[in-house]
Amino acid sequence: MSGEGTPQAVAARFRPGDHVKVRWADAPGHVRTPWYVRGHAGVIERVCGTYPNPEELAYARSGLPAQPLYRVRFVQAQVWPDYAGRPLDTIDVEIYQHWLEPA
Amino acid sequence: MHEQPHDHVSHDQAEPHAGVRPDADDTLGYYQLMEIAVREILIEKGLVSAEAVRSEIEKMDARSPALGARVVARAWSDSAFKSKLLEVGNDALEDLGLERGSYKLVVVENTANVHNLLVCTLCSCYPRWLLGLPPDWYKSRNYRSRAVREPRAVLREFGLDLRNDVTVRVHDSTADMRYLVLPARPEGTEGWSEKQLAAIVTRDCMIGVAVPKALHRGTEQSA
Amino acid sequence: MRSHHDMGGRSAGRVEATEHDYALWEKRVDALLVLLSRVGRITTDELRKNIEALGPDAYDRMTYYERWIHSITQTLIQRGVITVEELGRRMAQVEARHKDEHR
Repeated sequence: MSGEGTPQAVAARFRPGDHVKVRWADAPGHVRTPWYVRGHAGVIERVCGTYPNPEELAYARSGLPAQPLYRVRFVQAQVWPDYAGRPLDTIDVEIYQHWLEPA
Repeated sequence: MHEQPHDHVSHDQAEPHAGVRPDADDTLGYYQLMEIAVREILIEKGLVSAEAVRSEIEKMDARSPALGARVVARAWSDSAFKSKLLEVGNDALEDLGLERGSYKLVVVENTANVHNLLVCTLCSCYPRWLLGLPPDWYKSRNYRSRAVREPRAVLREFGLDLRNDVTVRVHDSTADMRYLVLPARPEGTEGWSEKQLAAIVTRDCMIGVAVPKALHRGTEQSA
Repeated sequence: MRSHHDMGGRSAGRVEATEHDYALWEKRVDALLVLLSRVGRITTDELRKNIEALGPDAYDRMTYYERWIHSITQTLIQRGVITVEELGRRMAQVEARHKDEHR
């Protein structure tokens, strides 16, 4: 999965176990990064593959180069100030690479 | 949703049905009007056919949680299949003669200490090719809003009370993956056939709001 | 600004475990999305984007498949597959036809 990017696909930067942070941003348009994880830190649970960018597909554009997609695992107690579950509870969210930075 | 009395897929002229008298003020809703109009235009333009619409609906009707239940029953019975399912889900489906699906399948496994719950907060992503169409509650505001933030409270509303030593993992289906929960095989099912096992796996178990119960061997539970 | 559809974590009421048998017209809407995607006339992200663009009131007021048919129609208009004129004429014809049949 990692290695050289191509005009069709961006190279994957992250691997399972990497600590990442979701970029904070607030722009209009079709975004698949939910509000509740923006700005939060998590760990790459797995690399899902590369997929055309939905933000572009939404406007009938090609979405290329395809973006690496990851499942990022967050600790619930860190995401919600009032989380009432157990300390080890997690939430896994699929997030595109361009929304992630190394933590 | 009010079903139109003469709603045929192939044509929209009402056919007189012997003994059925339509209501005098039976009006079509605006969006139902739109659906008919768009479909007719698309058929005339040759972009879809009435037959294709009919065929898709038949396929839709043929999909139900029974498909997912077969996958679970096989995984409970065959550890090599289970490993394959957890690693390359779509390939494992093909081994069972099921549609592999056009989305990548991620199967998440319940154990004694881990309970998984699925949601799509942004819309209604769901493993339709394995479970059929999602129930209204899965697509509702209340479920989509609260399942991520207070999963245990939501589970209690479904009658599922988890022990304190169980970790809850929620999965928000935000992009190109689709999920299925592999429930933990209940005690008391030793020696059961796959058919008997499948009969206790309900749709709600595969979403994560319920767990299978080993009732009478071979008892069919409603979804 | 957080979009209305991006509701993960918002306060909400008890989950009512309701379901309904889908009406035929709803299944036809669903089938249309599948068929149009297959011939490359719509993507799931265009569908989503046009639903997200509804705004809070319409989003909450409309039922699930009403949002879908609205969005499919918007997408087809945006892509130039159908025109507003032909759609308007056809909807009026369908309505008139239906009234005649139910006289």
